[in-house]
Amino acid sequence: MSDIAIRARHVSKVFGQSRVLDDVEFELRRGEVLCLAGENGCGKSTLIKIINGVYTPEPGVEFTFGDETLSAISPLEARSRGIHVIWQDLALFPHLTVAENIVFDDYVARPWRPLSARRALDEARAIIARFGLDLDPAARVEELSIAHRQLVAICRVLRAGASIIFMDEPTASLTYKEVQSLLDITRSLAAQGISIVLVSHRLAEVLDVCQRVTVLRNGRLVGTYPTEGMTQARLSTLMTGLELEHTPRASAWKGAPVLELQDLSREGEFENVSFTLHRGEILGLTGLLGAGRSELAHAIFGMTRPTGGQMFKDGKPLKLRSNRDAVRHQIAYLSEDRLNLGLVQNQSIEMNSAVTVLPALEKPRGFLSPGRIKALTAHWIQELKTKVSDPTLAVSSLSGGNQQRVALAKWLATEPDVLILDCPTIGVDVGAKAGIFEIIRELADQGMAIILISDEAGEIWMNTDRALVLREGRVACEIIPAETTEEALEAVINA
Amino acid sequence: MRKLLSRRGLGTEGVLLGILLALCVVLSLATDSFLSVQNLFDLLNNQSVNIIFAVGLVVVLIAGGIDISFAVAASVVQYVVMTLLIDHLGGGGWVVGMALSMLTGALLGLINAFLIHRFRIVSIIVTIGTFNLFFGLLMYVTGGVSIYDVPDWLYYAIPLLDLPAERGSATLYLPAAVMAVMVALTWLILARTGFGRSVYGFGSSPEAARRSGVSVWKIHAFAYGWLGLCAGVAGLMQAHIVQEVVPNALIGQELTILAAVVLGGATLGGGRGTVLGAVLGVLLLAVVQNGLNLLGVTPYAFRMIVGLIILVAITTSNLGNLLPRSTRAKNP
Repeated sequence: MSDIAIRARHVSKVFGQSRVLDDVEFELRRGEVLCLAGENGCGKSTLIKIINGVYTPEPGVEFTFGDETLSAISPLEARSRGIHVIWQDLALFPHLTVAENIVFDDYVARPWRPLSARRALDEARAIIARFGLDLDPAARVEELSIAHRQLVAICRVLRAGASIIFMDEPTASLTYKEVQSLLDITRSLAAQGISIVLVSHRLAEVLDVCQRVTVLRNGRLVGTYPTEGMTQARLSTLMTGLELEHTPRASAWKGAPVLELQDLSREGEFENVSFTLHRGEILGLTGLLGAGRSELAHAIFGMTRPTGGQMFKDGKPLKLRSNRDAVRHQIAYLSEDRLNLGLVQNQSIEMNSAVTVLPALEKPRGFLSPGRIKALTAHWIQELKTKVSDPTLAVSSLSGGNQQRVALAKWLATEPDVLILDCPTIGVDVGAKAGIFEIIRELADQGMAIILISDEAGEIWMNTDRALVLREGRVACEIIPAETTEEALEAVINA
Repeated sequence: MRKLLSRRGLGTEGVLLGILLALCVVLSLATDSFLSVQNLFDLLNNQSVNIIFAVGLVVVLIAGGIDISFAVAASVVQYVVMTLLIDHLGGGGWVVGMALSMLTGALLGLINAFLIHRFRIVSIIVTIGTFNLFFGLLMYVTGGVSIYDVPDWLYYAIPLLDLPAERGSATLYLPAAVMAVMVALTWLILARTGFGRSVYGFGSSPEAARRSGVSVWKIHAFAYGWLGLCAGVAGLMQAHIVQEVVPNALIGQELTILAAVVLGGATLGGGRGTVLGAVLGVLLLAVVQNGLNLLGVTPYAFRMIVGLIILVAITTSNLGNLLPRSTRAKNP
């Protein structure tokens, strides 16, 4: 038995005019955890779909399984060779039970065979036990956390006899603890001879769990490297082809205090949070998911009411009844959920940019002026260097990084004094991340006070003047990035 | 009580059953006629048509769709089948009549399924269209004239079970048995076959179902076709009970039955709902109506009270949500 699970050579794919994949080679060993890295649009998904049999590659391709070589692979062939993909959306059935989700393939294969709920439970239990997972087979999937749903998806492919599993961004919405337990599970699956390919944006965890990393850039193979000795900085350079600077923000000019919190509390969310935010300052707010970061931001933005403590804006007491109130006081909040809350995906780029300042765009009164909307949109597209072919297109047509620029523009249009950014780089490529942070730093240099919420130690370390680490709703400590290392900061966050 | 009801497995059906039983106890104490074999049999005889409709409709709701054309489709079936039988088949009999009703009903349902599937139109829009189309055609072709001269086999009630009761006797008629068969069949398919579970799967997440290899057309065809078939059967039963065919006898029923099914735990979002829930939903509304009747409340209050019950049910989405969740995710 060869130790190569699958090797694909000379993989190319052309869609219309564009060559999405160009002579890529991909090799996966038995029992290996491999990372497939690359920016959005580099061809990762296309490669996965080709190996999975969904797309037919250009002729000349060779798939090798052990001693067998094939020149084409169909979805059925891929299945029979144990190749399975767990896409980011997991494709589960929320209203069905865990057991029913795990045996769902039977329902499709033998639709008229009489069912026994007990048999489904037993089979699910067997799979769960075999891989030592923690799942209740009788629970409904809708009641489970994302991390547990992930386990259900894994059980489903394992039951289908998976020996090669592709996982698309499996850690995207998990907490630190959940990520660790998922990574443990991947390790134990690999130890049982199953090969796993992780697609992930979180470079730190990739380096932690994978043995090798295959990097794609613009449809070409950059190379496959052992992760031993690889650093995040080197990996991002390989992915983007750019040397990104990796130093803390040079603590710049700091202006007058603009926002002051005194013992701000909200029951069950955060307690006694105090800080003073100055003009031109970027304050980091970090801590694990659920530490109260976003909850604090919601209170500062008037979406929830604090139950104790006080806020001051420009020295005057600040009482907010709603987020409209907050906007009036020139506070802006960029939501972490860009897809659902930050932008209206199927509305145009213009309308998304203008939505926060509609009254200012009326001419005559009561009627929106298309001209003013166009001018405003054009101004911010230029200012933020957003790549837009046509501002009347739906915002969903843009990439993650460019969508985030539109979301930023929408809030910058309100001319805020205080800008709260809640995880502004979720779903944004490494290269585009750098661009977003460049904008954020410039805004601070122009005198805006910025609160940056993030759980990525690297982002906080490079882009803030000081950072508050929240733990269970309390400020655990304050850290000046310039006086510490990224690793030390990471250790404090995860402590 | 809360704790008792929140046990796993009780869910919406358990809550509904509890309310239904409580209501029955109250009505038995408050009136002397509620708790009688006669009243129970009357309830089953009278509700059999609605229950047949409801178990058909719950399939569509579980599959994530909605259909408001089924009641008028049943009227169309009545007319088509009666005309065929009387004019071309010399009256026919139960077997032919039932088969023709099922076939015509299923065909009408498949028209909905085809439009929804082929042109990817939202089911409510399609069925608003076919609702008007079916009813308009029916009124146009019949000129609004009823058929009073139904064949003999359909005219005479068929008693199944005759029990002596206080006043004369209590009799259970054929429609109740047909209802039981339709309920059992629908339950078997939904709860005891893989195909039934894939209907739930499709309603729960169409994309996930598609990716698992579920045939979307089969799901659509089954859901709307089965509702059509049920509507055909219900139409025949209704004609049998009232011994005539009136073109506008059933129009308007669709909303009452939809409400009953939603009360029974189905949602317009799909993936949720059970045959038992649908049956209990119909029975609950029927018992409320029956109870108000026996209590001497004016019939003008019925609709208002039914409306209130529906609103309460819909605002709580389904009754199970009133209770604390029984199975929370365990954190590792």
